[in-house]
Amino acid sequence: MTEFLVEFFLVFMVIGAIIALETKDLLSSVISVGAVGVAASICFLLLGAPDIASTQLVVEVLTVIILIKATIRHDLVTIDGDREFFGLTVTLAFLFVFSLFGLRAFWSLPEFGTPGIERISAAPSNNYISSGFKQTGSSNILTAILLDYRGLDTFAELCALFAGIWGALAIMRVRSRKKKTGNHDEKK
Amino acid sequence: MVYTLCFILFVIGLYGVTCKKNIVKIILGFLIMEYSVNLFLILLGWRKNGVVPIVEPDTVMEYFKTMSVDPLPQAMVLISIVTGLGTLILMVALAIRLYQRYGTFDITEMNRLKK
Repeated sequence: MTEFLVEFFLVFMVIGAIIALETKDLLSSVISVGAVGVAASICFLLLGAPDIASTQLVVEVLTVIILIKATIRHDLVTIDGDREFFGLTVTLAFLFVFSLFGLRAFWSLPEFGTPGIERISAAPSNNYISSGFKQTGSSNILTAILLDYRGLDTFAELCALFAGIWGALAIMRVRSRKKKTGNHDEKK
Repeated sequence: MVYTLCFILFVIGLYGVTCKKNIVKIILGFLIMEYSVNLFLILLGWRKNGVVPIVEPDTVMEYFKTMSVDPLPQAMVLISIVTGLGTLILMVALAIRLYQRYGTFDITEMNRLKK
């Protein structure tokens, strides 16, 4: 049952992605991507990951708000057509070859529903599942991994997030440096 | 079948990044690729009839050990989603700056170095 539902939502996501990329109106594209993200959130819920489902939902709402706020008020003119013919042909050929190799690789994966922790008994996840509650006292194993076993990883990832937002602030700064001596900028 | 659909979603995102002219569509292509990669990692850790990795007061530990889904990819994807929001904000900031400079979102018009 779960496989069927996940396949259904994946087909929905594929259709939504195609609509998002091919429609002319930017607002429709952004809302289609929002629908794709919500479908991904439902998939996470079906696959036994409620924490990720809630995070994905919140981030999705923020994403749609940011994209609408950033794009819609600027440009309602639609841009038609693709890139030049030669470049487009080369890109599509590359995508075709990439798909062939990728599908070949994906068919060699183990069957859906048999994770690696079933085959490899020394995998760290087995230790986390069996003794995570005893060792850390956290009933949610995900929290135990994030904040205890792999806390340094979490710290580094949050540093990356901080750097990204800091870079965005630096790019969006309205006024450039205060000119105290000389005014080179005004000569231009 | 599920993995193949996930890969098709990734290829659609790659098509958007490489073939579209509008810079907003390129950002949307990045977002679609991100969803597909996150979903693929979660799919790899799923177990048939698996239970959520949360220990409740009435959980039998022996059953939980053999039936819980893999929590490690979930921890990675959780942080990946949040970091994706940061990169999205960075991309949108760059797009707005480019719009202010060139007056359009069309990337083929952004060729001031040529003139």
